[in-house]
Order: sequence, then structure tokens, then C-alpha cells
Amino acid sequence: MSKQDWPLYEVFIRARSGLSHRHFGSIHAADEAMALDHARDLYTRRNEGVSIWVVRSTEIIASDPADSASLFEPAADKIYRHPTFYKIPDDVENM
Amino acid sequence: MYTQGLDQKQKKSAADPADTPERLAAFQARIDAEEKIEPKDWMPSGYRKTLIRQMSQHAHSEIVGMLPEGNWITRAPTLRRKAILLAKVQDEAGHGLYIYGATETLGVSRDDLVADLLSGKAKYSSIFNYPTITWADIGTIGWLVDGAAIMNQIPLCRCSYGPYARAMVRVCKEESFHQRQGYEIMLELCRGTAEQKRMAQDALDRWWWPSLMMFGPSDKTSEHSAQSMAWKIKRISNDELRQKFVDVTVPQAEYLGLKMPDEDLVFDQKTGHYRFGEIDWQEFWEVLKGNGKCNRERLETRNRAHDEGRWVRQAARAYAEKQAARKAA
Ligand SMILES: [Fe+2]
Ligand SMILES: [Fe+2]
Ligand SMILES: [Fe+2]
Repeated sequence: MSKQDWPLYEVFIRARSGLSHRHFGSIHAADEAMALDHARDLYTRRNEGVSIWVVRSTEIIASDPADSASLFEPAADKIYRHPTFYKIPDDVENM
Repeated sequence: MYTQGLDQKQKKSAADPADTPERLAAFQARIDAEEKIEPKDWMPSGYRKTLIRQMSQHAHSEIVGMLPEGNWITRAPTLRRKAILLAKVQDEAGHGLYIYGATETLGVSRDDLVADLLSGKAKYSSIFNYPTITWADIGTIGWLVDGAAIMNQIPLCRCSYGPYARAMVRVCKEESFHQRQGYEIMLELCRGTAEQKRMAQDALDRWWWPSLMMFGPSDKTSEHSAQSMAWKIKRISNDELRQKFVDVTVPQAEYLGLKMPDEDLVFDQKTGHYRFGEIDWQEFWEVLKGNGKCNRERLETRNRAHDEGRWVRQAARAYAEKQAARKAA
């Protein structure tokens, strides 16, 4: 058996409490516990985090860039979703 | 640089039929608009191939780069130095892993990348094929080799391929410590006994020219620069980076009271740059071809480590499978 690659995990780290977890990169590991250990060794050698999530890369469902137009463009012309769309007289305060 | 092997001649591969002129033009427009390319985006097959080669060579260099310094971990002169060197070498392992991870987003497997290194098919930087024979070599490597690496990696933080650029941001944050600890070793040696200072000068004599070679062949002979520049994988040419490195490093050597081993080195008032002597390109190509002082030893060491670790990888895998089966039952 030449292929003995460990599965790939994506690593998410919370830099400090109050912030959400952010994608940092990926690592290989034989199982979940090892994935956490490796993520700690690789991505938090300088206090970069207070919490780690790991998830098997194959478990992530991602949108396809080819669908970008149909997914994201409909939002572009709905400018009334933004507060700047509405003209409120300057005399009206606290709005 | 870490990817000097890219500058070697290679066979032109047949054009990919998926690379239609319209797609190529749209892709180039994204690059020109300074948009980042992400893993699932369409990209020309040449762009993907160039990145896989460059990034894997870079990762291999970080990994093999641990060996010359690892040589001194057990012989570091103090506990402080030992702890620092351990942390530094561990960082290099980390750099290799960040970059392997980023390379895998291009659709290659870690297994295959590592196999290419171990078989000798893939290249890594020429600099790691020189021996580290005294403690001053460890100072010189941090100062010059990591210094050259910083010079090269800072523009890579703006590389058009998102995962590579992000990995480089992390790497660059860590490199500064590497260079400073090396320079501090040199400072201490140069302020020490006459013998220590001689040792520092000797190390500089041996590492200066190989460090300049790290930036790769001269722009006049480098083949891949133009396309890499257009794709914004590469931002600054080999010669330009090399010149920058010389300009910042010569005054650092003067501060140490050391002399660069180059009789032609002179500051040019008109241009504001140092002019330096001709690099021995013959030596460069020989080392790249595998005929440097340590090429064979480096590959043997990597192969031995890989072979001796096999049972650990297999055991971990078997344990994981057993646990998973137990959970399922
Ligand atoms: Fe590094
Ligand atoms: Fe590096
Ligand atoms: Fe480094």
C-alpha cells in the first residue's frame, strides 16, 4: 500500500473571545483528536487562538463559482435594502 | 529563490483545449484588476501547473531547510540558543505545511508531492545543499538565508493565488524572528574573542555567494519570469530582488565588522546601489542538478525519516479505523 495519506481537515480558529472562528488553513490527521493536536501545533504556536474547530474537508458543502452570477447578482440591484437608499430630511434626528 | 528549479528549461506541453482565448482573456482581466484567484475558480492549465511546481518547490525547501539547522540543535552552545533554534526549525516545518496545504487546493495530493521530493524528481532551493560546519553557520543562515527568504516572500504575499498569498502572510510574520536571532548570534560572535570573530568571517565567506544564488538565475537567462509576472505570481524579478538584498545586507555586515568575500563590491554613488561581482553560475547549476556538497545526504535523510515513520503513520491510521468501526457498531 503506497497511498497511506491521512484525510484532510479544515481548521478554524477563534483568535480571542468575542470574535468568530475564521478559516486558517488545513492539515492532515488520522482522526479527529489528532486533527485538533496538529491544528494546535501548526496554527497556534504564538497564541493565535483560544478555540479550534476542525472539520473533514469532504464534509464542507461549497457553492460553485460557476453559479456566482445566479447566486449573488440578484442582490446587486436591490439597493432599497441599504439605509442610504432613503432620503430623510436633515432636521430629523436620531435616524 | 526557493523555486529556482522553475527557471530550468522544460518541454513545452500541448495547449489545453479548455483554455479558449475568451476564457484566457477573462482570466487575465481578473488578474489585471488585482482580483485574487481562489481554488474553485477557473484558471488556465498553465497557471495551475506553474503554481503547483512553484509552491511545492517552496514547501520542499522549507522541509529540507530544517536539516542544515537541525544539525546544530543538540550542539547549540546554551539552553537559550537551543530553545530558540528548536522553535525556529519548528517554524520551518510549519512553513512547509502551510504551503503544502495551499498547494493541495490546486487538486494535487500531499502523498504525490512528498513522493516527488523523495524520489528526487522535485527540486528545492540550492542553498540547503551546503553543509553547516560551525555554530557561526547557524547565525549566518538566520541572517542571510532567512533574510533572502524574507526579501523573496514579501512580494509573494500579494501573489494572485489567494491560498498562496495567505500562507505567505503567515510565513512572513514568522520569518522576522528567524533573521533577528541569526544576526544576534553573529553580533555575539563578532563581539567575542578573535577566534569567534574569525569563525563568523569564515561562515560569511562560505554563505555569501550561495545566498545570492538563492534569488535564481539572472533575468537575462530566466525563462519563466515573463509569464509569471503577467499572471502576478511573481511581482519582482530575480535580479531586482538580489540587488535589494545586497543593498540592505552590506551595511549589516559592516556593522558586524565583517568583510564580504567580493573584491568587486563597491557602492555606486550615482545609482545609490552596491555593485557586486559575477556570480559563479556554473556552481549554481551544478548544485541544482544534484551535485552540491550535501544533495545526496539531504535526500537520504528525508527518505530515511519517511521510511522510519511509516509504521507510525500506519498505526495511527489503523487505530482511527478501529475506533470508527467501534463507534459505528
Ligand atoms: Fe521558512
Ligand atoms: Fe521560506
Ligand atoms: Fe525561516
